[in-house]
Amino acid sequence: MATAVPMATRIPVRISVNGTEYAAEVEPRLLLVHFLRDNLGLTGTHVGCDTSQCGACVVYLDGKSVKSCTVLTVQADGGEVQTIEGLAKDGVYDPVQQGFWEMHGLQCGYCTPGMIMSAHSLLQRTPNPSEEEIRHALEGNLCRCTGYQNIVKAIQYAANQMSGAGVSGNGSGAGTHNPQDVGDWKGELAGEST
Amino acid sequence: MFPNQFDYHRPTTVAEAVGVLQQNPDAKVLAGGHSLLPAMKLRLAAPSALVDLSKVEGLTGISTNGSVVIGAMTTYAELRDSAALKAALPIVPETAYHVGDPQVQAVGTLGGSLAHADPSADFTAVALALDASVKAVGADGDRTIPAEELFVDLFTTSLAPDEVLTEIHIPAATGRTGMAYEKFRHPASGYAVVGVAAVVSVGVDGTVAQARIAVTGATSKATRATAAEQALVGKPLSADSIAAAAAVANQGLELNGDHYASAEYRAHLLGVYTRRALERAAASLG
Repeated sequence: MATAVPMATRIPVRISVNGTEYAAEVEPRLLLVHFLRDNLGLTGTHVGCDTSQCGACVVYLDGKSVKSCTVLTVQADGGEVQTIEGLAKDGVYDPVQQGFWEMHGLQCGYCTPGMIMSAHSLLQRTPNPSEEEIRHALEGNLCRCTGYQNIVKAIQYAANQMSGAGVSGNGSGAGTHNPQDVGDWKGELAGEST
Repeated sequence: MFPNQFDYHRPTTVAEAVGVLQQNPDAKVLAGGHSLLPAMKLRLAAPSALVDLSKVEGLTGISTNGSVVIGAMTTYAELRDSAALKAALPIVPETAYHVGDPQVQAVGTLGGSLAHADPSADFTAVALALDASVKAVGADGDRTIPAEELFVDLFTTSLAPDEVLTEIHIPAATGRTGMAYEKFRHPASGYAVVGVAAVVSVGVDGTVAQARIAVTGATSKATRATAAEQALVGKPLSADSIAAAAAVANQGLELNGDHYASAEYRAHLLGVYTRRALERAAASLG
């Protein structure tokens, strides 16, 4: 690709991903999802429809749930990204991940990372959502095989786990969203990437 | 998919943004990007440069002191969650809740929506119904553009290429005013196949003093349904007057048809959604 772009003005960016700071020089048109997948090797974030409808690419950017196929990497400069790889802590699943496991919330698994990220975002804002609120929160996520019944059940399971465990959102238990504290998943990717 | 090559600019002031736009005549302003970037990925748009407003100071925020002022870069999520707007102009947070999906709401902006003028956008109709205007800043200073003069045609506004939309102004509601937005949502995209925004003021005698009803999704640009408005003024806001207004909602409007919904179907939907919007506006009068 680089040979076709002799005049490309690359832009330096610094982006924290799952607690690790990365520096890179990127083309302005590089989408965040490709930066995550191709530059950093974090392939848990999927490209589905590539038109911002299906939600397979949902990640956190500065605490907001966004579709990374519709965000330029340069727009994330200086920001903090959290991906599906950053949810589990010390090998322990986040309650939302656990819910998908327990309630059979997936079949092929393609939509699952985005579903889990969207559901995680919902539970940050609304710890005890109604079924209607869960379904509204998933409007930007499409599943083509499991159907939504078990996904809704998975999220209800997670909500119950989180309230049952008395997790308030600032504690250290499973289920808290703390982008500062998820550095264990970068493995050999630690350090700078260009 | 990825867009064509472009240069990326990230100004920190409106003046700097205007300067970049002047030097790059086919540059585009980047707000939330959830309309522009998909269009660029599909190569429907190929601007030579993007001017990202995300680091420009002073373009976000909501003020409800008298008339309402909303910064152009204020996101749908901020509108959706604003307690001040829920009290002052409930149609705004309510509409924001139904734009796209939560991820679109997290980054999409009010100014971006109005400047993009998508014929199926939600807030174009709401802006018309609320008698909103926008502030546009260019090289020669700023000017105020009423929403009615902002929307020119499909994806076309009266903004000059080197102007930046910075603020949205909405006059305070007076007296007893009810308001609601209802849409038939496209099941995949969430855009309005037909959307109707209604803002209705009732005088002390119980009759409608002013009605502003605006349509999106059904026409090439968001448009007021003046026949429906006129059918209400001077009448009590009742099931009968609402039915009469809904019956004439498509009068004088040239309706779109596409592979998803024919013009005839949109005409039908327009009547149904005008009625629903007016019924909820009436209920919200208390």
